[in-house]
Amino acid sequence: MKRYSAFAVAREALRDHTGWGRAWHKAQPKKRYDVIIVGAGGHGLATAYYLGKNFGITNVAILEKGWLGGGNTGRNTTIIRSNYLQDPSAAIYEKARGLYETLSQDLNYNVMFSPRGVMMLAQTEHEVRGYQRTAHANSLQGVETEFISPKQVKELCPIMNIDGPRYPVLGALWQPRGGTARHDAVAWGYARKCSEMGMDILQKCEVTGVRTEGGKVQGVETTLGPIDCDKLGLVVAGHSSVLAEQAGFRLPIESLALQALVSEPIKPCMDVVVMANTVHGYMSQSDKGEMVIGGGTDGFNNYTQRGSFHHIEETVRALIETFPMLSRLKMLRQWGGIVDMTGDRSPIISSTPVGGIFINCGWGTGGFKAIPGSGWAMAELMAKGHSPLAEDFGLNRFVEGRFIDESVAAGVAH
Amino acid sequence: MLIFECPYCGVMAEETELTAGGEAHVKRFGPGSSDEDFETYLFHRENPKGVHFERWRHANGCGKWFLAARCTNTLEVFGTYPAQTTRPPEPILEAIRAKRPGFQWRDLA
Ligand SMILES: Cc1cc2nc3c(=O)[nH]c(=O)nc-3n(C[C@H](O)[C@H](O)[C@H](O)COP(=O)(O)OP(=O)(O)OC[C@H]3O[C@@H](n4cnc5c(N)ncnc54)[C@H](O)[C@@H]3O)c2cc1C
Ligand SMILES: [Zn+2]
Repeated sequence: MKRYSAFAVAREALRDHTGWGRAWHKAQPKKRYDVIIVGAGGHGLATAYYLGKNFGITNVAILEKGWLGGGNTGRNTTIIRSNYLQDPSAAIYEKARGLYETLSQDLNYNVMFSPRGVMMLAQTEHEVRGYQRTAHANSLQGVETEFISPKQVKELCPIMNIDGPRYPVLGALWQPRGGTARHDAVAWGYARKCSEMGMDILQKCEVTGVRTEGGKVQGVETTLGPIDCDKLGLVVAGHSSVLAEQAGFRLPIESLALQALVSEPIKPCMDVVVMANTVHGYMSQSDKGEMVIGGGTDGFNNYTQRGSFHHIEETVRALIETFPMLSRLKMLRQWGGIVDMTGDRSPIISSTPVGGIFINCGWGTGGFKAIPGSGWAMAELMAKGHSPLAEDFGLNRFVEGRFIDESVAAGVAH
Repeated sequence: MLIFECPYCGVMAEETELTAGGEAHVKRFGPGSSDEDFETYLFHRENPKGVHFERWRHANGCGKWFLAARCTNTLEVFGTYPAQTTRPPEPILEAIRAKRPGFQWRDLA
């Protein structure tokens, strides 16, 4: 595969961009692989990449029912941060954020990681105390965050109205090295490297059944025929319960719709990410100039990848109080994704009751930021049978009552 | 937008009048039950891509809880019934089976 570089851009400019080649090869399924990963979202692709890079396992197929990156990975609002409360979360999210810092170099693919800073507004006394606690926890965990004053908030984000009558801004939890990245590029960059290592990415290949024998996985049934494997990784986000049922076990997961919207593009007006959890809205400005806005989830199980009007209205109504300049903006597009929610709002990275089957799910409304760290941990778990980063995120935590409660840190969907 | 007929007050209630309450007909297990039953009761929920039985509350209406059969994939509503019902009523099951041959849901349908 050709390296991408400034030199390559110049070379191709001189020959009408005819020499770029495909970023990943088109594959036909083999009869058998050492490892099959179901789901070519960010987490599945990152798992495959680190299996190859860190453990030399490259006889790997990644099966995707739609198109690569077409699930939540291509539908999210791309906020990256690691200011969670509990130690296991801080460890994996900060690992991921750290990997994002150099991901473009590692993958030789510009993922446009932009550590522009993320602020989570405190708009009630309760939130002030909650975020101060998180800031203290973060400094013990080695995650750089700070509780800042309303004045600092206004300096960092002048378009904000900090003394709104209903929800004045009382301060914010500020993570200067949080930010955003280009979601598609993260999926494409990992996919290109996986393909370069000889892995097969099979798109339009839906897994319809899981074959097991004597409590151990044998392979999968797919729309492209049966494929055998030694180990199987299920990384299908909102469809985790469907795949688990095929494999014969249950999960503490419910699938809900989460939606986002973008405005028409406008001139740069905001160079940080702002999250307002009390009013359930968050916003950043994309490089194209669109205001990228996300809100809350539906309260009921849903597989439709759509949103609903009243949620848009709620989100926008709430944000306008804090960002009055939004009121005249037209909204361009709106979409939904199916997010996989656990009771404690923490993910599951785990072996399963079936031998050889591993699962990575439960990232819910906030797993884009975790992609590199999650792939790293999942690859280690699948290659070696255990992973320090994944340890606390096992399925057994629900039997043992060892929750990793992030319902406050995760507060709003992001 | 979802629309349910409230089985108590007969109002055709839309989503913003209602609060979702999760899976219906959950069997409760308390102290003294096996670890597995307790875990299942607390955390495991049906999460079908298809017809599901759920609790809903007519929050901005008569305020009462009721149960409903709804497809999570098409959002089609197959019927609503009072919360005091211990299993899905037969007419609703028939309506579902007519459209979804072989339909199953836990050990209740
Ligand atoms: C609107 C919205 C906003 C969000 N905002 C943020 C944010 O700002 N920051 C953040 O960190 N996170 C955010 N998230 C969450 C984040 O998008 C997800 O946690 C993350 O992308 C999950 O990645 P994944 O690889 O696990 O899943 P996905 O990207 O959904 O990939 C799973 C893949 O599995 C495939 N699949 C399913 N079933 C099968 C089958 N039977 N056979 C083969 N393939 C199958 C699907 O087609 C899909 O491509 C947001 C999510 C949404 C919906
Ligand atoms: Zn009513």
